[in-house]
Amino acid sequence: MADSKKVLKIIQAISLKMEEQKDYLTELDQPIGDSDHGINLGRGFAAVNEKLSGLEGKDIGTILKTVGMTLVSTVGGASGPLYGSAFMKAGQAMAGKEDADITDFLTIIKTAIEAVELRGKAVVEEATMLDAMVPSYQAMEQAVKEGKAAEEVLNAGVKAAWSGAEHTKDLIATKGRASYVGERGLGHQDPGATSYSFMLEEISKVTG
Amino acid sequence: MKKFINDTVLVEEQMILGMVKAYPRHLKKLDCGNVVVRAEKKEGKVALISGGGSGHEPAHGGFVGTGMLDAAVAGPVFTSPTPDQIYEGIKAVATDAGVLMIVKNYTGDVMNFEMAAEMAEMEGITVKHVVTNDDVAVKDSLYTIGRRGVAGTVFVHKIAGAMAETGADLDKVQATAQKVIDNVRTMGAAIEPCTVPAAGKPGFTLSDDEMEIGIGIHGEPGTHREPVKKADEIVDMLLSQILEDIDYSGSEVAVMINGAGGTPLMELYIINNRVSDVLAEKGIRIHKTFVGEYMTSIEMQGFSISLLRLDDEMKQLLDAAADTPAWN
Repeated sequence: MADSKKVLKIIQAISLKMEEQKDYLTELDQPIGDSDHGINLGRGFAAVNEKLSGLEGKDIGTILKTVGMTLVSTVGGASGPLYGSAFMKAGQAMAGKEDADITDFLTIIKTAIEAVELRGKAVVEEATMLDAMVPSYQAMEQAVKEGKAAEEVLNAGVKAAWSGAEHTKDLIATKGRASYVGERGLGHQDPGATSYSFMLEEISKVTG
Repeated sequence: MKKFINDTVLVEEQMILGMVKAYPRHLKKLDCGNVVVRAEKKEGKVALISGGGSGHEPAHGGFVGTGMLDAAVAGPVFTSPTPDQIYEGIKAVATDAGVLMIVKNYTGDVMNFEMAAEMAEMEGITVKHVVTNDDVAVKDSLYTIGRRGVAGTVFVHKIAGAMAETGADLDKVQATAQKVIDNVRTMGAAIEPCTVPAAGKPGFTLSDDEMEIGIGIHGEPGTHREPVKKADEIVDMLLSQILEDIDYSGSEVAVMINGAGGTPLMELYIINNRVSDVLAEKGIRIHKTFVGEYMTSIEMQGFSISLLRLDDEMKQLLDAAADTPAWN
């Protein structure tokens, strides 16, 4: 599915996407949070982007770990530790690997989900990024079981991620700053679930 | 957006530099980032470290100094500082007596401070923490992440800071901080929003005749919106929620009327006039009142009322001498 060179391309594509969607993600954060999701991720992935040239020739584990550490030290807020821990843990799972197939990719996502659950003390249906992560993982796992090609697996994942993000509109947040607005958060799409969906979409585009 | 700034990405650093240059006797900045520590490291006592997003000035750097904090870590505006920055702060002030982190209850702050503590513990530094959650506007239930830490946090800095200065051990300082947290309640309101410099536009909007009740210090929505009322009526509304939350009857309190950044002292005094009268009516004795800007929300027009139920120990520690830029 992807060698370490392609992983760098994916990270670069995600960085550009975060920059492109900075204002949109921040707008989503305004009614329910503190209007900084896009700003913070934009800052973090700009720092990631600068590190990419230094990561050429490194294994996938090192790349993901460096991305995670960079996010932890530049993003701040809640998304820094969450995305940071997700990438760092995924990096640990991929230590020394030069190539990742679709099964490795599922391992990466599963590890990332566990990291987010642990750091955020959250589960699905709390209107967080997990509401995009978990259903999309399940859809991809199912597609792999059905013997589908990597491209189709990812397509299924992206689709499920976006419908998961859409579903956060129907949920009352119980974690993060959005929990303070209670029912007033209904009808608003979670910025974290949205940024995750964008990321998965970029992965799908670059590998597809 | 009109602001007296040079560049949105330089706001935090230039603010910290300006603060340190104004108070060289109290403060110095670490080279590694927006971390402010006491000009002279105090050995042999528990070190107190706090912080959070910028935009709350004088919090938190303004409370670094004798009798209060040893370090304050400033993140980007309204965004928690990162674990590596907090870790640098911990390393700079840690003593053999240990470190107490005073963290406001926000998902991001708690996670970043926890990660920093994990890093420090790997280096053999003993770190404990307390989480402040004085805002009664937020429901404290299984279904939320709990109340937000707001202006009442400054009482924690003061009282735990005074306890640390006596040479008390880490457990005692932590217990003292927790006692303040257990006894302080806050609620606020706003009539105009604030603009995060990097965002360029207000985080929320209020129509000309509207106010947000129960607003948070990042301009997060509160309990509800309604038409603006007379100051006394707003005070009554906020106070009743605070007084319902814990039993203040017959006790002695410290009062803080905290300005959110865009509300003049004139209005804060009008607010305090009512607060003071209502407390007198209810037989709640006021030990000390603090009116001013302690934990702001950039230029938000708003205020909060904090009531701290005191015992003799807290009273003594509250009155103890402190020498910091924003509290002396």
